Amino acid sequence: MIQRLLLLLPLLLFFVVAGYFLWGLSPDRDPQALPSAMVDKPTPSFDLPPVPGLEQPGFASADLGKGEVVMVNFFASWCVPCRAEHPYLTDLAARTGVPLYGINHRDKPEAAVAWLEELGNPYSRIGADSGRGAVEWGVSGVPETFILDGEGRIRYHHRGPILGQLIEDEVEPMLRALRQ
Amino acid sequence: MIAELGHFALILALLTAVVQGSLPMVGAARGYMPWMSLAAPAALMQLVLVALSFAALTYVYVVSDFTVVNVAENSHSAKPMLYKVTGVWGNHEGSMVLWILILALFGSMVAFFGGNLPPSLKARVLGVQAWIGIGFLLFTLLTSNPFLRVFPAPADGRDLNPLLQDPGLAFHPPLLYAGYVGFSMAFSFAIAALIEGKLDAAWARWVRPWTLLAWAFLTAGIALGSWWAYYELGWGGWWFWDPVENVSFMPWLLGTALLHSAIVVEKRDALKIWTVLLAILTFSLSLMGTFIVRSGLLTSVHAFATDPERGFFILVLLLITVGGSLLLFALRAPVLKPGGLFAPISREGGMVLNNLFLAAACATVFLGTLYPLFLEAIDGSKVSVGPPFYNVTFVPLMVPLLFVMALGPLMPWKRADLAGVFARLKLAALGALAGAAITLYLREGWPVLPAAAMGLVAWLFVASLVEWCERIKLFRAPLGDSWRRARNLPRAAHGMTLAHAGMAIAAAGMIGASVWNLEEVRNLRPGESMQVAGYDYRFDGVEQIQGPNYLADRAQITVTRDGRPVAVLTPEKRLYPVQNMPTTEAAIHTTWVVDLYAVIGDSDGRGGWAVRIFHEPLVPWIWIGCIVMVLGSFVSLSDRRLRIGAPSRKAKAVPAGGHPAPAE
Repeated sequence: MIQRLLLLLPLLLFFVVAGYFLWGLSPDRDPQALPSAMVDKPTPSFDLPPVPGLEQPGFASADLGKGEVVMVNFFASWCVPCRAEHPYLTDLAARTGVPLYGINHRDKPEAAVAWLEELGNPYSRIGADSGRGAVEWGVSGVPETFILDGEGRIRYHHRGPILGQLIEDEVEPMLRALRQ
Repeated sequence: MIAELGHFALILALLTAVVQGSLPMVGAARGYMPWMSLAAPAALMQLVLVALSFAALTYVYVVSDFTVVNVAENSHSAKPMLYKVTGVWGNHEGSMVLWILILALFGSMVAFFGGNLPPSLKARVLGVQAWIGIGFLLFTLLTSNPFLRVFPAPADGRDLNPLLQDPGLAFHPPLLYAGYVGFSMAFSFAIAALIEGKLDAAWARWVRPWTLLAWAFLTAGIALGSWWAYYELGWGGWWFWDPVENVSFMPWLLGTALLHSAIVVEKRDALKIWTVLLAILTFSLSLMGTFIVRSGLLTSVHAFATDPERGFFILVLLLITVGGSLLLFALRAPVLKPGGLFAPISREGGMVLNNLFLAAACATVFLGTLYPLFLEAIDGSKVSVGPPFYNVTFVPLMVPLLFVMALGPLMPWKRADLAGVFARLKLAALGALAGAAITLYLREGWPVLPAAAMGLVAWLFVASLVEWCERIKLFRAPLGDSWRRARNLPRAAHGMTLAHAGMAIAAAGMIGASVWNLEEVRNLRPGESMQVAGYDYRFDGVEQIQGPNYLADRAQITVTRDGRPVAVLTPEKRLYPVQNMPTTEAAIHTTWVVDLYAVIGDSDGRGGWAVRIFHEPLVPWIWIGCIVMVLGSFVSLSDRRLRIGAPSRKAKAVPAGGHPAPAE
């Protein structure tokens, strides 16, 4: 009897593995997706000066987590996907009224100013980052966007541009949930 | 027209496989000879049809017929002819046709050489082979048809991924598939034995050569793939524990175990159930490899264009093949009467130990490979399992394996005297001490662990040779006598010595490569040099060259040692315009003890270039060891006993086999 069970063991183990395989094939699973290590972390510590030539103040850790939901967006004038997401971000900020904080990443101030003049400026504050800020925020490239709750905890992190379907599927539901 | 012919030939091959998989099986069950004897001609017919289909696909690649989608997506008119041909299997669809071709080739070899098999066993083996064929033919025809047309035809093709345009990788897939598919023979024999309810020494004798052949191909295939990664990716490494590498390595580990356990079945009529299970699992792991690589299940640096629908199809195939065979195993294995008992200290005891270590090693690789999937399914977190995991799990299993590998061949069947075995290994112990001492002498800083590791491989190497020398009485009897003995020794014995010694050489290379490799990156201007491990690398400059389908920056680096010239290295940075893909071509100079390895990086725009130098000690030994192992298997395969498939009277008189007992 025990021998019988032992002989069944390979089959049972195979079924367990096959179950995992089946799960792994589910169409909404993307094995390439990289989760962010930043989600659910408190606001990183940073202090960014304003961008020279802009009338806007910079910002620091202390400016976040004051009971208000905030979006933080890393951008640069030399980054093409940033240009692509810009109208979407502008529209999102205007529609929802959620303050959008910008972090201008490794950019020449004049180029950043010209870029914002050309495309419009949806940001309520913009900090100039020479690279240190990106390290604190765990950013690997631009654009990247974070959503922070009223306590200043990071609740959402997206690498790459915020475009189209993504706003409807992820960003807006997250903003709605946080503002309730 | 030609493409359609290939398509129809593939459909006809499917129909032939259906006939081959049904009538002979029924015939074998009913004892009806005419139906059983259908199997062999059907297997040959399959080969003809699949070969026709493969030839048609090759033809459309050679003439660059871009009305065929597969050609348009994977070839280009300017591609060198070699890569037009190898491009046939450089993509998912074409590689499936190659897979089926090799399967048909093995099937027809049984039909051709299996004259001395009992008719019912032969019919069943070919029947099971046909079942596998049906599965893969259906898969190819339904989800991955390589003969689809496109209209209007594009003006030119999208080219083959430049990384694959390389002689090393051109022949990697055929060898690897020959290994994977070769294990289907052991699988078919195992299933046939389960159906027949009979498994004896003769069965093991038929299974051995097929397993050995598959093992040789798989060893060569893995080594070639590793060699390719070593010189083409420009990372200086030769094994990355990447899921795709692991899935080819797992069948190798279990196949090695199978190779040895089949000997025990043959000699001692024991370990039958375990051997059948190994045969099933080895091929199942090969199938699982196919599934993992083509379904996009795991994140890997090299994977085919993936498609969930295909993944689902292969999973169903996997469920039927593996699930079905394991179910059959659970139901029928008790029928296989276990044979003689045996003592723990004996040749067969050594084989059990070998099997335990190899199976455990395979289990760790399996866990490491699939752990990210398991974890993600349970709590959604993503991890990757890399070398640190394998260093603490896999390597400790290899150390005792290499140690006992030296003892096994010296132990007689049935009962061995451990003290006597060790007494005969004095020379090996001396070799181990010498290996460790040389390591300590050559390397500064008292490297205790590497020295112990080198001592271990020296132990194995010397022990393998000692066993061989004893058997031919080298230095004990007159030379002429030894020569006569060596000639009379079964080829399988020479094969074993070669394979074991090859393993020792390869292991030494792996240890050296992982412990002592050096890497230096510098930004150099023409005329400047850098020193790495006593070699002086002078950067002479970069010139632009135009290849057949690429542009390249070719650097020239002159290597000298103490002022004496050693080599001129010309690493390249290529750009393939059609896919707009850059590749690095490392330049390697080997002294057979160390590889001097140079890669050229980007220009800094002010006349300087990033030059990356790797100092790779003992890496060439990895490839040499693998070649020796493959050579050993072919020497063993040429053994008269395996060739003929039945023991001759003479072979019985001298206790022959892959691991014969010491003569006196």
